[in-house]
Amino acid sequence: MSRPVPLLSASGLTKTHGRTPALRGASVDLHAGEILAVTGASGSGKSTLLHCLAGIVRPDGGSVSYDGRRLEDLPEKRLSELRRTEFGVVFQFGQLIPELTALDNVALPLLLAGTDRARARVRAGEWLERFGVRGQEDLRPGEMSGGQAQRTALARALVTGPKVVFADEPTGALDSLAGEQVMTALLHTVRESGTAVLLITHDAQVAAYADREIQLRDGAVAPLGVTA
Amino acid sequence: MIAMSTRHILLGLLATGPSHGYDLKRRHDERFPQARPLAYGQVYTTLQRLVRDGLAAVEGTDSDGGPERTTYRATDEGTRELSRWAGEIAPPAPFVANEIFAKVVVAILSGGDPAAYLSAQRAAHMERMRELTAVKAAKGADLATVLSADYALNHLDADLRWMSTTAARLTTLTAEVDAA
Repeated sequence: MSRPVPLLSASGLTKTHGRTPALRGASVDLHAGEILAVTGASGSGKSTLLHCLAGIVRPDGGSVSYDGRRLEDLPEKRLSELRRTEFGVVFQFGQLIPELTALDNVALPLLLAGTDRARARVRAGEWLERFGVRGQEDLRPGEMSGGQAQRTALARALVTGPKVVFADEPTGALDSLAGEQVMTALLHTVRESGTAVLLITHDAQVAAYADREIQLRDGAVAPLGVTA
Repeated sequence: MIAMSTRHILLGLLATGPSHGYDLKRRHDERFPQARPLAYGQVYTTLQRLVRDGLAAVEGTDSDGGPERTTYRATDEGTRELSRWAGEIAPPAPFVANEIFAKVVVAILSGGDPAAYLSAQRAAHMERMRELTAVKAAKGADLATVLSADYALNHLDADLRWMSTTAARLTTLTAEVDAA
């Protein structure tokens, strides 16, 4: 059976930080609507892979294509636009803007994309509700629990309707129950919206929310099992 | 290994009120969805033993339009026994006798490929963890299902962590077994 063309595809990625090689020929395909877990030991290149796939960092070698476009061919301005409109990103620490309320944090990507303020706030409120952050719209990040902050960060990542969400250890700073709430909220939301997720985690219980797993070892994808 | 005690679980189900064998089986399978479903024969044999030991008694029979069924209730002694069992600490099991551990050592001893075995075993563990996670994360999953999936997931995760560490240690481990 032939699989459909992947939405996002990387082949032979290499990247060196200073003199340390982080990626040594990593290749990965992400299909539309798929949740893919990327696991591996610390230093195996997981985060660098995410940064290259999301167009945050340009690899030294290899190629990344998204929806038929090669990222390395895009000028910075187009790449930045692609990141803003098609991709959402969540990190281990949500990196919310501390001065803004939950509602304004979520509305921000819409405002940057030109949506008017009133509509942006309404949509942000709807997304916060989908992630179970109700009644906390006016809290600032410092006043939220870790789980609330991460669910707010997820709402912010999804509010523009991206095709791909990149999540780098989204539950890494949470206890297991808060982590479970974040993952369940993410799972149900992306299943409804058909958003693909590249999920980086060192935790097998988090990886088990994904449809599939690849393991990185020394900057390349390790063969999984014997069922290649 | 300490087997899950069917008699105590049936006593526990009877603690909510008198019930008959068919109903107990159904509730058992609902409450412990990850456990092997109880066979009817096992339910009736266990109930008879509970009666013999004075922990349960026959309450009566009801037919409810269908075949006649014997209804059982827990006795006071049964309630005390349930309470004693529920508070009893389970001995931390000697999981080092685990089959995965044994297979890795045997693979090393016999010149096999323990790394390939661990990698394949990891894939199987992850597949099962994905199934359990899907059950747990399904909308409307009840608490008993979630708890049972949690329990299985945490044990599989412990295996996985051991397998990851072992894969990383294999070079050292092989040298030790070879020298012994």
